[in-house]
Amino acid sequence: MRYNVPVMDNNFTLYKTMLLIRRFEERLLSEFSNGKLVGTTHTYIGQEADAAGIFLATEPEDVVFSSHRCHGHFLAYGGEPYRLAAEIMGKATGLVGGRGGSQHIHWRNFYSNGVQGGIVPVATGMALAEKVRASGRVTLVFIGDGTLGEGVLYESLNIAALWKLPILFVLENNRYAQTTPVEKGVTGSIPGRFAAFGIPIWECDTSDVLVIQSAANETIRAVRSGSGPASLILHTYRFSAHSKGDDPRSTEELARLHQFDPLTIHGVRLNAEESTKAESEIAAVIKDAFLRADADPFPKLSSEP
Amino acid sequence: MTTVLERLNYSLLHAMETDERVYILGEDILDPYGGAFKVTRGLSTKFPERVLTTPISEAAIVGVANGMALRGLRPVVEIMFGDFLTLIADQLVNHASKFRWMYDDQVRVPVVVRTPMGGRRGYGPTHSQSLEKMFLGVPGLKVVAPNTLGDPADLLAAAIADDDPVLFVEHKLLYARSILEPGKGDLIDFQIEKTGTVYPTFTLKPSENARLTIACYGYNFELARSAALSLLMEHEFFIEIVLFSQVSPFDLEPLFSSLARTRKLLTIEEGTLSLGWGAEVAARAVEKMDGLRVRRVAALDLPVANAKRLEDAILPSMQDVVNAALSLA
Repeated sequence: MRYNVPVMDNNFTLYKTMLLIRRFEERLLSEFSNGKLVGTTHTYIGQEADAAGIFLATEPEDVVFSSHRCHGHFLAYGGEPYRLAAEIMGKATGLVGGRGGSQHIHWRNFYSNGVQGGIVPVATGMALAEKVRASGRVTLVFIGDGTLGEGVLYESLNIAALWKLPILFVLENNRYAQTTPVEKGVTGSIPGRFAAFGIPIWECDTSDVLVIQSAANETIRAVRSGSGPASLILHTYRFSAHSKGDDPRSTEELARLHQFDPLTIHGVRLNAEESTKAESEIAAVIKDAFLRADADPFPKLSSEP
Repeated sequence: MTTVLERLNYSLLHAMETDERVYILGEDILDPYGGAFKVTRGLSTKFPERVLTTPISEAAIVGVANGMALRGLRPVVEIMFGDFLTLIADQLVNHASKFRWMYDDQVRVPVVVRTPMGGRRGYGPTHSQSLEKMFLGVPGLKVVAPNTLGDPADLLAAAIADDDPVLFVEHKLLYARSILEPGKGDLIDFQIEKTGTVYPTFTLKPSENARLTIACYGYNFELARSAALSLLMEHEFFIEIVLFSQVSPFDLEPLFSSLARTRKLLTIEEGTLSLGWGAEVAARAVEKMDGLRVRRVAALDLPVANAKRLEDAILPSMQDVVNAALSLA
């Protein structure tokens, strides 16, 4: 069972998924500004089409390993906004009881961890487990352009290809590793990194969710067929800071990015009534999620009286 | 006479025969080579589907095992030399040991990382270290070491059955050693008590009152026994030995019981002296019991040299244990 059912039609569903992520993340940033939240967060604003497109192409039992920037993936996976909000607020009712917070969550077959690179072999091992049990599940692991600097990624690509594991490497190139632009951190060819291991590549340079969904469909079908790993390279744009205030980009550059806003690009496919309906439904979901989470208790250690 | 190596090999074989979730991963573990120290010999012939020889990618192998464990399998990884644990630190510290707690006890990570550790074979600075000290005190990670008194097969079976990650540290010199039989050989004068825990702690009590307690694990039990014999023959005093199978985290109750009798503690470890296992054991003991006297025997704070003359000078010896015991007693 998914959270955001029933499906009306894909255009509306995709829009709503993207809008849910956008409004959730905006709310988070404002909660930080209000001092309601402590710690940190890494928002997905601008990249929503990736998650929305991919998770319309997955099966409910597929396995997902996400990164520090996991909220968008989690919400598109079908995770409950209230449990995520509670987790980020450090509440006992959060996804992992307040122990993990923004970057370290788990629900059903969804996992995330906050160390660059390290999640890739773990996901590779998950794919191996699913393969030996012939579950038919695909494992997806989300990495970014920044992850390309981590050596263990390449160890994992080698093993996944060597053992023909059913894993999809989703590379979201949002063009910045924290504050470092991709041209200062990555040399050579990005697809060439996968090609070197004989891993097939699907690549999109767009924020159009329909294009991404179509590519994801093909890629995931290929992996599910048992032919081995595949990669889906999505060139995208992160509109917000890496975490909260650490954005050295100029206001001109940020303004330019909004031509790639996936909500605007896909929004033209909805009529005014559908857009309004999406906004009001999502607003209600967000309001409810944060209201309930805010009222929930903080956790205690079991050793506490 | 059964050796530690034979018992470990049997344990892996038995685990694979009785539990199809058990997979073995490691470098050069396929027959006929059967692994650098032969602990995995014969396994790939019997279970070709579940013995996976890997590229030289220690971090990824352990990561893969973590993923397998999260999804219901029971992987056992061999890291060819304990020195290479540095390469898997992220997977042990930030992944294997964290998942269960971080995900609010909703998952388990039943992974075992086995590795040959220690020096005295002339392998030089990067193939002779005792690096387990870097992984002691990591929440969620157990460090376990076999010895010649408990059955290494039982200990490894317990590690494989454990729902949480275990770093299983095998001193290289133990492989060829025979399992001891209580009441025989150097054990003839000791009464042996064993805790009922999964990874037992042994207390060896001499026939007469002991003047001090030695705390040790793994291969250093061999040094402790030789030292005990020497102290008895040449100096006519008795010692108790508390031998740990679980090196971290601690249950020091058996040690406290022994120290209540002797009031003197000598720890032995092959890792470097500073900030090591013995330091923590001693601190806990002193916090618990006023007026204890303490000595530690460990390696010098140097890399392990290749030349035998230098290696011997750097690593703790039986004579070091005897000297430390004399200075305490």
